[in-house]
Amino acid sequence: MQSERAAVSRRDLLTLIGTVSGSAAMYHAMTSLGFASDSGYKGPIKLDGDPKGASVIILGAGLAGMTAALELRKAGYKVQVLEFNSRPGGRNWTLRGGDSFTELGGFKQTCEFEQGLYINPGPWRIPYHHRAVLDYCKRLGVALEPFIQLNHNAVLHATKAFGGVPQRIRDIKTDFQGQISELLAKATQQGKLDEAVSKEDREILMQALRSWGALDANYAYKGNLISADFRGYSKAPGGGLGAAPAPGEPIDLSEILKSRLWRYLQNFALHTFQTTMFQPVGGMDMIGKAFAREVGDVIRYDAKVTRIQQDNHGVTVTYTDLKASATPQQAKADWCVCTIPLSILSQLPLDVGDRMKAAINAVPYSPAVKIGLQFKRRFWEEDEAIYGGISYTDLPIRQIAYPNTGFNRSGRGVLLGAYIFDGPNAYEFTSMPPAERVTRAVELGASLHPQYPAEFENGIAIAWHRVPFTLGCAGNWSESARAEHYDHLCRIDGRIVLAGEHASYIPAWQEGAILSSLNAITRLHDRVVKT
Amino acid sequence: MIQGNRSFRAILATAIAAALSLLSFPASAQGAGHPSRGPGLSQGFRFFEMSGEELFANVCQGCHMSDAKGATGAGTYPSLAANVNLRASGYPVEIVVNGQRGMPAFGAMMSDDQVAAVVNYLRTHFGNNYRDAVTPEDVKVVRR
Repeated sequence: MQSERAAVSRRDLLTLIGTVSGSAAMYHAMTSLGFASDSGYKGPIKLDGDPKGASVIILGAGLAGMTAALELRKAGYKVQVLEFNSRPGGRNWTLRGGDSFTELGGFKQTCEFEQGLYINPGPWRIPYHHRAVLDYCKRLGVALEPFIQLNHNAVLHATKAFGGVPQRIRDIKTDFQGQISELLAKATQQGKLDEAVSKEDREILMQALRSWGALDANYAYKGNLISADFRGYSKAPGGGLGAAPAPGEPIDLSEILKSRLWRYLQNFALHTFQTTMFQPVGGMDMIGKAFAREVGDVIRYDAKVTRIQQDNHGVTVTYTDLKASATPQQAKADWCVCTIPLSILSQLPLDVGDRMKAAINAVPYSPAVKIGLQFKRRFWEEDEAIYGGISYTDLPIRQIAYPNTGFNRSGRGVLLGAYIFDGPNAYEFTSMPPAERVTRAVELGASLHPQYPAEFENGIAIAWHRVPFTLGCAGNWSESARAEHYDHLCRIDGRIVLAGEHASYIPAWQEGAILSSLNAITRLHDRVVKT
Repeated sequence: MIQGNRSFRAILATAIAAALSLLSFPASAQGAGHPSRGPGLSQGFRFFEMSGEELFANVCQGCHMSDAKGATGAGTYPSLAANVNLRASGYPVEIVVNGQRGMPAFGAMMSDDQVAAVVNYLRTHFGNNYRDAVTPEDVKVVRR
C-alpha cells in the first residue's frame, strides 16, 4: 500500500517530477475534457414529482443519513431516522474539553483540553473540489476557515537520514527541485533531450528550468542568493548595519534521494490535498450539528438496529433503545435508506438478495488512529515559526499536524500528535490502552520537537477499530471487490437502498457520503414517483 | 511483497513448526493472564512481531481484546475464547490471511510463519485446546 521500492528508477524519478511539477499539464488536459477536478456534484438536488405521502426510514444520522433526511423531507416524504449514538454526525465528530468517550473494551477517556481547543478524530479537512460538502456548509451556515496542508516551514523527518534531524520542507522541496532542474538543464545542453524536445522548445525549457529551479546564469543550482530566495537564508536580510543576507548550503541531491524524504512531497501535490483546503470554524462537527438543526426532530438517538426486514408492502426495522428498555421495538416505513457501515451491516439479519449481501460482505474496514495532544504553549509557533500545516515522519506517528486556528496566541495549544492509518502500526496502536497510545505519541514526537516532554499536558487517542459505532475507519475496497460488487451494493434492492462513504468512489471522505446519499435518494425517488 | 528465499524459509519454518508440534502445549499457559505486547513497534508494511503471543497482543487484541472475548457496540467482534470454530485449523488460517467481512486481510503483512504462529497461539489459549498445530505450508496454500 504505502510501501516503497529500495531504488529510485528513472521512471520513478520522472513520475516524481511529474508529481511535483508537471501535474499542471495533466490537470489542464483533463479539465479541458470535462471537469475532472470536481466531484460530480451538480448543485442542490431537485426531487420533482409527488411522493404521495410515502414514508422513508433512514438508518444512521451521519452526513449520508442526514442528507437523505433533509432532502427527502423537503421533497414531501415522511421521514424518520434511527441513530446508534446519542449525537448526530457519526464520523463527523469533534472532541473538546469535558467530552468523554468509551471505546470498545471499556476504556473510558475524558478529554481534558482547555476550553476552545479540540481535535477531529474523523474527517478534518475539506478539499476545495468537494463541492457537495461545501454547498451544504454554505446552505446550512457552517463557517469555514483554511486548512493548511502545505507549510513550507514544517518539517520532514526520517529516522535514518540527516542524523535524525528534521529538515524544513522548504529546504527539501527547493533543493530537490533545483537539482533536478540542473540535471535536466545539463541533459538539454548535452543534446540528450533532442529527440523529446523540439529545438524551439529547448530554449524555453532552459529558461523555465532556471526560473523554476532557482538556477544561476550557468544553469547551476548552488548556495547563493538566487536559491536563498526560495529556500530561505542562513542569515536572513535585516535592517541597518550588518543586515546583509547570507545564503545557506543546499542539501546534496544524493542525500535527499537516499533519505526518501521526497516521498512526502506528493502530500502537497496530489489533487486531493491541493490548496485551498478548508475546515469548519470550531470543529468538524459543526457540519453534523448544522444538519441536525434541520432534521434533529426526526432523529431517534440511542437506537441500535438489530434487524431489517422487507416485503412487498414496506420495510420493518427492529431496534433496541439503549437508554430505555431492552425490549426490541419496531419502526416501519415504505422505503429504507440504510447508511449503517458495512462492518456492522454485514452482521445484521437483512432481507436483501444474495448479490447485495455478497457486496456487503466484500469490504474490510481500514484501521486508523488519531491522537490529540495538549501542550502548555504553542511552542511550534513561538520557537519554530510553524503556523499550521503538517510535518511528516517515518516514525509510527506518521505526522504531526499543527492547529490551523488561533494563530499566534499565547497559552495552550492542541496538535494532532499522530495520524496512523493502514499497516502494522495502526493495529499496534489500536491494541494499546489509550493512555499508552498517548505516551507513545509523546515519546516519538519528541524526535521532531524536543519541547514535547517539558510542554506536554494531556492527550486523547481514538483508534477507529475500537469505535463502537463503526468498528473501523472506513470501507477499504480492493479493485477486484469493487469490480465485482460495487454496483450490487449501490442498486436498490426491493425497498432498501444503501448509502455512505462505502457506497462511493471517494471512500473515507465526507463528499463520498453525501454524493452517495444524493445518488441513492434520486434513484429511490424515481422509483417512488413511477410506481 | 514476499520476496527472496521464500522456499528456503518455508522449508526451514516447516521443519521448526514440525519440531514444535511434537511438544505438547502446557495446560497452565491457557488463559493465564493477558498476552504481553512488548515495547517494540513495526517498521514498514510487515509486522515485526514473530511469536504468536506478541502477534495476538499487537494485532488481534485491537478488536478481539486482550481476553479474546471480543466486544459489542453497534456490531460485534466475535469472541475467540473457547470458540469451536477454531477446531478446524484451516478456518482461522483462511480468515487471518484473507480477511472476512469487515475484518481486514493480514496475509500481506505477515509471513507464513507469523500466521501459523498466531493461529497456533490462539488455538492453544483462551480456553482453546487444539493440539494439531498448523504449519507455514498450511498458510501458503490459502494465499490467493
